[in-house]
Amino acid sequence: MLLELRNVSKVFGGVRALQSVSFDVAPGEVLCLAGENGCGKSTLIKIISGVYRPEPGAEMLFDGKPMEGLTPGMARSLGIQVIWQDLALFPEMTVAENIAFERNLGGRPRLVDYGAMRKIAAEMLERLGVGIDLDTPVRELSIAQRQIVAICRALIAETRLVFMDEPTASLSQSETDALLAIVRRLSADGIAVVFVSHRLAEVLEVCSRVTVLRDGRYVGTFPTEGMTQTRLTELMTGQTFDQDVRAADRTANPVVLEVEGLTRRGDYQDVSLTVRRGEVVGITGRLGAGRTELALSLFGMTRPDAGTIKLNGQPLRLRSNRDAIDAGIAYVSEDRLSLGLVQPQSIADNTVIPVLDRLLGPARLLSERKKSTLVGEWIKRLAVKIGRPEDPVNTLSGGNQQRIVLAKWLATEPKVLILDSPTVGVDVGARAGIFAIVHKLAEEGMAILLISDEIPEVYFNCDRILHMRDGRLIDEYLPGTVPMGRIESQVHA
Amino acid sequence: MTRLSTTKSSHSTPWLSRIVTLGTGSEIAGLLMLLAVVVLVFSLATDRFLTVPTFTSVAFQLPELGLLTLAMLIPILSGGLNLAITFTANICGLVLAWVLQANGGVEAGMPAFLLGGLAAVAVGALIGWVMGAAIAYTGAHPILVSLSMMIFLRGLGEFATRGGDISGFPDFVGMLGHGWFAGIPMPLWILIACVALWHLILNKTRLGLTIYMAGSNIEATRYSGIDTKRTIMLVYTLSGLMCGIAGILMLARFNSVRVGHGEAYLLITVLACFLGRVDPFGGFGRALPVALALLILQVISSGLNLLGANQHLATAMWGAFLIAVMVVRHIWAGRSVRRT
Repeated sequence: MLLELRNVSKVFGGVRALQSVSFDVAPGEVLCLAGENGCGKSTLIKIISGVYRPEPGAEMLFDGKPMEGLTPGMARSLGIQVIWQDLALFPEMTVAENIAFERNLGGRPRLVDYGAMRKIAAEMLERLGVGIDLDTPVRELSIAQRQIVAICRALIAETRLVFMDEPTASLSQSETDALLAIVRRLSADGIAVVFVSHRLAEVLEVCSRVTVLRDGRYVGTFPTEGMTQTRLTELMTGQTFDQDVRAADRTANPVVLEVEGLTRRGDYQDVSLTVRRGEVVGITGRLGAGRTELALSLFGMTRPDAGTIKLNGQPLRLRSNRDAIDAGIAYVSEDRLSLGLVQPQSIADNTVIPVLDRLLGPARLLSERKKSTLVGEWIKRLAVKIGRPEDPVNTLSGGNQQRIVLAKWLATEPKVLILDSPTVGVDVGARAGIFAIVHKLAEEGMAILLISDEIPEVYFNCDRILHMRDGRLIDEYLPGTVPMGRIESQVHA
Repeated sequence: MTRLSTTKSSHSTPWLSRIVTLGTGSEIAGLLMLLAVVVLVFSLATDRFLTVPTFTSVAFQLPELGLLTLAMLIPILSGGLNLAITFTANICGLVLAWVLQANGGVEAGMPAFLLGGLAAVAVGALIGWVMGAAIAYTGAHPILVSLSMMIFLRGLGEFATRGGDISGFPDFVGMLGHGWFAGIPMPLWILIACVALWHLILNKTRLGLTIYMAGSNIEATRYSGIDTKRTIMLVYTLSGLMCGIAGILMLARFNSVRVGHGEAYLLITVLACFLGRVDPFGGFGRALPVALALLILQVISSGLNLLGANQHLATAMWGAFLIAVMVVRHIWAGRSVRRT
């Protein structure tokens, strides 16, 4: 074994983040470290990379030799590298400068040798079989390209073990495939890769074994052969999920949202769709297909060049999202971190912000009583787990944050709810909870538009699925009548 | 902002979340303690400190700086800054001075003063509105916009006054700057009223809540259906309006107007905001702790004055005190973070 860990524990201020975890990696192996947010994955990686010290009693061997008093510098010199999800690149510096950055570290001041840096960077890209212009600033690259730059940087040293934290979270399917090809290449070169990912399908595809953590405990290490997504989810969450197609024919219901010939040049063309009362309509397609752009126009954030939007038969003219909200359209953004919630502000304020008018009391001043009633009511209705309503909203888990986003929009009493990738950064276990809410809303008569690039998500939660590509709706599928695999291959074709 | 940890969102430095969790109660308690310490130190240093004249000097000197600090507070909360506050106040003072002079100078009556005061506040609000509109619609940085405005106003004011003083106002105007009402100096009444107004706006109105939200993340606030352009314009309009009130008070206190008066206050107002636990990146901070912070600074200044310290040394002491507070706060924060 390349890396062997036994009995690794870590306590933070009385909270047990890890409890006697075992973990091992063979040379050149591709292993998955799976578990929900907060299960201890990051803590484990930080211990292995020397950021944290484990509690006494831990046994950690690298190449059969004990690693004691490990520091980040030592871990790196052993050949252990971590690529965190945020990549930690320098956006204003070029590809070459980022890849060969470590060359410039050291005690003594010396001049930067750009020629050597370019040479090293070019070799690295060559090794991965990727062509990226060396002189482009990193901020101009796509996320997939940045990912590759980060990998190259990690490989500069004599790397033997690479951790990749959620490397595919923001990649499209084809980009993911390209990345997985690189992972296989590294593995063939004898470099072990530990993959941390939420996307179970790709985990099962690329990894030979999967180590599962739950609540800081070691659940086990399993071969991926014969493992199913459902089984893995159960191991990660400790719960069982039954997924059934819930699609039904709702053509008897009245049309709530009707879009006709909607066009915005460069974003989407000639989009026509309807959503009926109580219907959940999915829009899927690859990243960049124009899904979010369409949603933003329906929400009044951008103006279409042509076409009409009708709500309950009435044509809408949306000059701002306030118009859309007042008309009864709500939009849950795909970017919860920077657009869905005002992050460091309180749970309460985030819940009431779209409906401040309803909190006015005497002399048009905000009424604390009305505010706490409204917040309390929604927290109860959506079963959000919070400390106090005054706590910053970023103290909540991803799933509970998303419930606050839903609460905030449901408080506006919308007729149409647009959900844009509502489970990004939400644990597998918490996802089911989010969709339970969505189904209940649909049963109560809300018209719901669900945008997602995860096919199972739309397949199991929608009545109809619309396929968007290059800004156009090109196909429609009815879950249950078409097998999921066929939709997947259509979308990723 | 520096990245302290890779797993945290960039918005939440521990320092910031601490402000949030501490809440207003302990903010005020901490500042009251600090005030008590400062008062104690000076009373031990000199027996002339705990006397009525000290109180009077604080009460008369505090309001100018106080009003300008309020004018700075709202832009900072919204994630911006208004560097034009002192010159806006000067220009507003000039407006009032001209109205008074046009109506008889020393002989001018109350109606002329009311008209002039209204015009001064209106001009202040207009200056603020122009800055707000520029920031909201062009997306230019508030520092650049307000700096440009500051230079414009300074040049305009110096051109109009040829760099000199304008004086000669009716006696009752002086009452506003030197008079007493119900045992409390008039300027202090004005400051108390303005702090109360700001407290009300920030804590009890839709606009106030919106300012805090926009200060933390203006895009997310806009996505929540708030007209953030309007919010930003109102922020700077209110700031300019408060400058107008400060300009009137400065005219009344000195019985003259000179462009450049109070210029040294500009950076002190920023520091007073931070001492009052306002987040330099916007989104967090309250009016009352800022008022307390101002009181502490003024007590230090008056105390040093009593001890016979040089005026310049007093300014140096302010700076040293603020640095000390930041360091102590940092050490304290480190402890409490480790404890939780």
